[in-house]
Amino acid sequence: MPADFISSLFVFILAAFLGFEVIKRVSPLLHTPLMSLTNALDAIVVVAAIIIAGRHESRLSVILGLIAVAASFSNMVGGFLITDRMLHMFKSGKAKKQ
Amino acid sequence: MTGIPAQQLIDFTYIFAAIGFILALKWLSSPVSAMRGVLIGEIASGVAVIATLFDPQVIQYKWILIALIIGAGVGVPLGMVKMTAVPQRTALSHAFGALSAALIGIAEYYVAAPNVPKFEMGEIGLEVIIGSLTFTGSLIAAGKLQEILPQRPITYRGQNFVSLTVLAAAIALMVTLVLHPEYTQLFPAMVGVALVFGIMLVTPIGGADMPTVISLLNSYAGFSAALLGFVLNSKVLVVAGALDGASGFILSVIMCKAMNRSFTNVLFGGFGQIHVSATGVKEERAVRSATPEEAAAILSAANKVVIVPGYGMAVAQAQHKVRELYDYLTKHGIDVKFAIHPVAGRMPGHMNVLLAEADIPYDKLIDMDDINGEFPQTDVALIIGANDVTNPAARTDQSSPIFGMPILDVDKARTVMVIKRSMAAGFAGIDNPLYYMDKTLMLFGDAKNFVGSIVRELTSGGGHGG
Repeated sequence: MPADFISSLFVFILAAFLGFEVIKRVSPLLHTPLMSLTNALDAIVVVAAIIIAGRHESRLSVILGLIAVAASFSNMVGGFLITDRMLHMFKSGKAKKQ
Repeated sequence: MTGIPAQQLIDFTYIFAAIGFILALKWLSSPVSAMRGVLIGEIASGVAVIATLFDPQVIQYKWILIALIIGAGVGVPLGMVKMTAVPQRTALSHAFGALSAALIGIAEYYVAAPNVPKFEMGEIGLEVIIGSLTFTGSLIAAGKLQEILPQRPITYRGQNFVSLTVLAAAIALMVTLVLHPEYTQLFPAMVGVALVFGIMLVTPIGGADMPTVISLLNSYAGFSAALLGFVLNSKVLVVAGALDGASGFILSVIMCKAMNRSFTNVLFGGFGQIHVSATGVKEERAVRSATPEEAAAILSAANKVVIVPGYGMAVAQAQHKVRELYDYLTKHGIDVKFAIHPVAGRMPGHMNVLLAEADIPYDKLIDMDDINGEFPQTDVALIIGANDVTNPAARTDQSSPIFGMPILDVDKARTVMVIKRSMAAGFAGIDNPLYYMDKTLMLFGDAKNFVGSIVRELTSGGGHGG
C-alpha cells in the first residue's frame, strides 16, 4: 500500500470527522444553502483540472482537463453566487421591522 | 519563481483553502454568521485557483483561461436562477462536479495506461465509477425536477436485480483492469456501464423522494472528489470532498429519518417502491369545504395560526401571496408561524428558502420538532400544498405504508384548513384521514389564487381598514 494512500486516508478520516461535527450544527433552516455551499467548495477540483490541462501530456488529457475546468469552475462561480443570494434573503423579524 | 519554493507556496494556499472551507461550514450554523462563511469560502477557493495558475507544471494558459471564462459564463446564469428552480440547479451542479471528477480520473488513466500499478488502478476505477454514475444520476434527477422527465417513479419487475447486476458488471470490469492492466479497451466499457447504472439508479425514484436522492447524489459527488484526491495525492481535494461527502451523508440520514426509511433502503436505491401498494381502500366520504370568505372570517377570529407549506405551494408559486396573508394577520395581532417538515418540497430546506425569498422572517420558520408541541394551542392550522407530512395515519394506522413517519401534528389544532386542488391522493397514493375530520375545512383551488382571494376578503371585508 503506497505511503501516499495512508497519508490521504489519514487526512480524509480527520476531515470527514470534522465535517460531521461542524455540519451537524448547521440549522435545518439553512440546509439548501448548505448544499449549494458545499457544492461550491467541492468545485476546488478545478485546481486538479487546471494541472491536467496545463501539463499538456496528450491531446486527450488536455481536452478532458479543459472540460473539467469549465464544469467545475461553473460550479464554483454559480455555487457561491446562489449561496450568497439565498443567505441575503434570510432576515430575522427584528431586522425586518422598519 | 523557481520550481520548489513556488510549489511550496501553492501547497500553503491549499492548506489555507482547507481551513477556509471548514470555517465556511462552521459559520453556516446560524444565519447571522453565514454570510461571513460564504466570504471566507470564496476567498479560500479564489486564492487556491490563482496560485494553481502559477504552478510550474502548467505550461500552457490560453485554453485554460478560455475554459475558465466558459465556466464562469455558465456558472453566473446558474447562480442567478429563481428560487423555485433551486432544486434542479442543485442537481445539475452535482452533475457538473461529478463530471469533472470523472473526466480528470479518465485523463489520469490514459496518461499512465497501460502501465497503471494495481493499487492506483483500483483507486482510479472506483473514482471514475462513482463520478460517472453520479453524473448521469444527477442529470436524471435534474430532468425530473425540471419536469422534462416524468416525476412519477418508473418501475418494472426485477428492477433492483437488473440494476445491481449492472453495478456488479462495472465493478467486475474494474477488478479485471486491476488484475490485467493491459486490457485497456475495458476501461471505456467500465465508464459506459457506470453511466448506465447512474440512469438506472435514479429513474425509478419519484418526485417526493427527491430530497433524499439529491442529498445522496451530493454525498456521492463529494466522495468522488475525495477519491480523486487519493488518485492525485491532492490533500485539498481530499478535504473538500470529505466535507461535501459528509454533508450529503448527514442530509441523507436526516431525510431518511423524516420519511422513516432505513439507511440501507436508501443506499441500495430502493426508494419509491413501497408506494405502489396502498391505493385500494377508498370509499367516498363526506368532506366539508369552505369559501375564501369563510376562511378569511375564521382566520381573522384566530389568535394563533400555523401555516404548513408543502411542494404544492412551490408549484403554485404561492409564497408571495402567503407573505401578504402573513403580513395582514401579524399586523392585526395574530401570531403566525410556519411549520416546516424536513422533507417538505423537493430538497432539504426548500421551503425555508422559498419563504425567505418572500421576505418572511426566518425566526417564524419553525422546525417540525419545535412546532409540534404548539399545535394544541393553535386556533387554525392552514395547510398549503402539503399532504403526506400531515397524515395522522402515520401515527395511528399500522397498516398505512407511511406508518411511523414523523408528521406535523396539525390534527391537534382547533380548526384545520387545507388548500388543495382536488381530493386526489398525495404522492404516496394514500388517503389522508385528516380531510374527513369534523374540524377540517377543505379549500379547493389553486394555492396562489385561493390565498389571494383570502387576502382580498380580509383587506376589503372584515378588515380594520388595512
